[in-house]
Amino acid sequence: MDLSFTEEQEILRKFAQDFLTSKFPKKLVKEIEESDVGYSPEIWKEMAELGWMGLPFPEKYGGTGMTFLDLAVLLEEMGKACMPGPYFSTVILGAFPILDVGTEGQKQEYLPKVTKGEAILTLALTEPSGSYDAASTEVKAVPSGDAWTITGTKLFVPDAHVADYVLCVTQTEEMAKPEEGLTIFIVEAKGPGMGHTALKTMADKLCEVVFDEVKVSKESILGELNQGWNEVKRVINRAEAAKCCQIAGMAQKVLDMTVEYAKERKQFDRPIGSFQAIQHYCADMLIDVEGMRLSTYQAAWKLSEGLPCAEEVAVAKAWAVQAGERVISLAHQVHSAIGVTMEHDLHYYTRRLKASELSFGDIDSYRELVAQGMGL
Amino acid sequence: MDFRLTEEQERFRKEVRDFLEGEMKQELWEPTIDGWIMAYDPEFTKRVAAKGWIGLTWPKEYGGQGRCFIDRLILTEEMLRYGAPASCHWFADRQIGGSILKYGTEEQKRELLPKIIRGEMYVGLGMSEPEAGCDLASLKTRAIKKDDHYVLDGQKTWTSGGKYMNYLYLLVRTDPDVAKHRGLSELIITKDLPGITTSPIIDITGNEAWNEVFFENVHVSKECLIGKENDGWRQVMEQLAYERSGMERLMANYPVFEGIIQFAKETKRGGKWLSQDPVIRRKLAQLKIEFEVGRLFMYRVALVMDEGRSPEWEAAMSKAYATAFEQRLASVALEILGLYGQLRPQSKWVKLNGMAYHSYLSSKGYSLQAGTSEVLKNILALRKLGLPTG
Repeated sequence: MDLSFTEEQEILRKFAQDFLTSKFPKKLVKEIEESDVGYSPEIWKEMAELGWMGLPFPEKYGGTGMTFLDLAVLLEEMGKACMPGPYFSTVILGAFPILDVGTEGQKQEYLPKVTKGEAILTLALTEPSGSYDAASTEVKAVPSGDAWTITGTKLFVPDAHVADYVLCVTQTEEMAKPEEGLTIFIVEAKGPGMGHTALKTMADKLCEVVFDEVKVSKESILGELNQGWNEVKRVINRAEAAKCCQIAGMAQKVLDMTVEYAKERKQFDRPIGSFQAIQHYCADMLIDVEGMRLSTYQAAWKLSEGLPCAEEVAVAKAWAVQAGERVISLAHQVHSAIGVTMEHDLHYYTRRLKASELSFGDIDSYRELVAQGMGL
Repeated sequence: MDFRLTEEQERFRKEVRDFLEGEMKQELWEPTIDGWIMAYDPEFTKRVAAKGWIGLTWPKEYGGQGRCFIDRLILTEEMLRYGAPASCHWFADRQIGGSILKYGTEEQKRELLPKIIRGEMYVGLGMSEPEAGCDLASLKTRAIKKDDHYVLDGQKTWTSGGKYMNYLYLLVRTDPDVAKHRGLSELIITKDLPGITTSPIIDITGNEAWNEVFFENVHVSKECLIGKENDGWRQVMEQLAYERSGMERLMANYPVFEGIIQFAKETKRGGKWLSQDPVIRRKLAQLKIEFEVGRLFMYRVALVMDEGRSPEWEAAMSKAYATAFEQRLASVALEILGLYGQLRPQSKWVKLNGMAYHSYLSSKGYSLQAGTSEVLKNILALRKLGLPTG
């Protein structure tokens, strides 16, 4: 057993930290958040040049062939920096599924565009029901000759407003078991029949995406016809682990900010961090953050090794969701009034942590998965 | 990074399990809550010793196995999973041997370590006093040097070991004229010295869990000093880190966990299996999530020890977290048992052999012994996070 990162991973972490801190001062994060596009195309290009878009992908597609655990390090640092933009959507939700189940032709077509920073991808999975189960998929794809026609509404689609391609999960056949009739299509995001509306949200850029008789070729099918759900499960699992990495990064930063503030802020002629009540809040935050990191690394490591990890991911995300809420609440308590203003940086983390916690399944779905693993 | 145990370690786990299951098949003992501190069985300890499983991490030259702390964690994890009666050797194996190894003289190592390894040395801890709990350094028991010995006077309390303990490990004041942290020393003595008397303390479950130990004009050879005179505080801080590091902080009442899961699977209420009730499923799954995180904390502590570093803040963290988990486990188990939760172990209708009942009461002490959760959080705040002292 070894819980340490390699020297290369530590170098990546340090480099990412320096890069992200210098590129994303909170003033810029605010500007980007308030802009319509929600990312900086210039920095996006720089990140592509650094090889970050292709970090976990094979070299033959322009990637650097690193592991998911390497990516976890990067995601953690992106969380710490509150980095805005469609990195998660493009790499985790868009490119990975193509690598998983795409044809060689699809990989050749899309992955190099991703790794060069020339294409933004996303996944259109959830619908107005707001849930992640197969039975909730009502967007339909109907065959007509060699082509398919997609109709329906996807909701909470991240970064669809800037996406070049949308992976759309559709019902292609009505089955007794709904998961046996779902298919993923790769759709041009700005093609005929496609419409999107940005949602007003707490933090993330999410969209309503309307498919109005969108025509796609059968070559657009990603993976097997009617077998899409297996891949969706894999994507959700990976996305949960990736969210945990970002949450762990954010929570670590929140703890660091809180400890720093407790050392500097004086009341009653002494730093508030010298009061035991504040000290114990900080100690509780530390325990929660360390628990996040250990459980997240375990899940990320298992994914990296290609080992079954649904339960470890569920444990990590369930912990991250609960601990994240405790950490941010205590952070606000220690920061006091300044923390609930737009002047201070804490709100970036409060909003993003909650948005990340709400993504990819609720706490009870993780508990249920764990319960099944216990033989209940 | 690699979360796997080696194949050899997995084999070792299997070996320990086979041993313990064999013992249970022969009905040599029944699973016990708090088996590491409340179940004294010298014969069991001798059989464990015969396997070479006491002093597992100590150097071979003193009779140990020279294995790593992860191996020891595997061993203790299984002992606790099965609720084995391991109290006789637990303290000596966990922390006293380590202190002797680090601070003892060659003679002390040659004499005492093999005795622990053979399963013959049962050590009671004498740290706390009636007026020295969290503020341990204010302790008053004195050992005044006179010729070739110390004269010991005072009182210790919360000493585990019952009638079986034959040694006492003590933290005493050897210099009353310096700042309180600076005049302390560690002694290891046999319990049969003239002038030592004990008096049991009955705990909340009704058991003789601890003793008060009184010292009146006890003559202790100066050979009993461990380490440097008046350097005891520094030495004991490290020992406390080991005391806090163990898997017992997470799994002292583990048999309750398995018991209550089984109970939920075998019990119907309102015509429905409890295990099918979404609320019960949630409660049990939540415990499992918290347990798995705690387990990672525990393995991390062992890895720190394998690096040769005292796991000061890591052990403080894992103990503060994990004892709170054990308390929740006991509490949730009683919630699920409902009315049955209040039945004492001897009751005709009792469930889980009364383990949940016992654990609920005894778990109130988990967050107190070996450093209260508040003291542990002070360690995290001051030494790990660098917050200023008051």
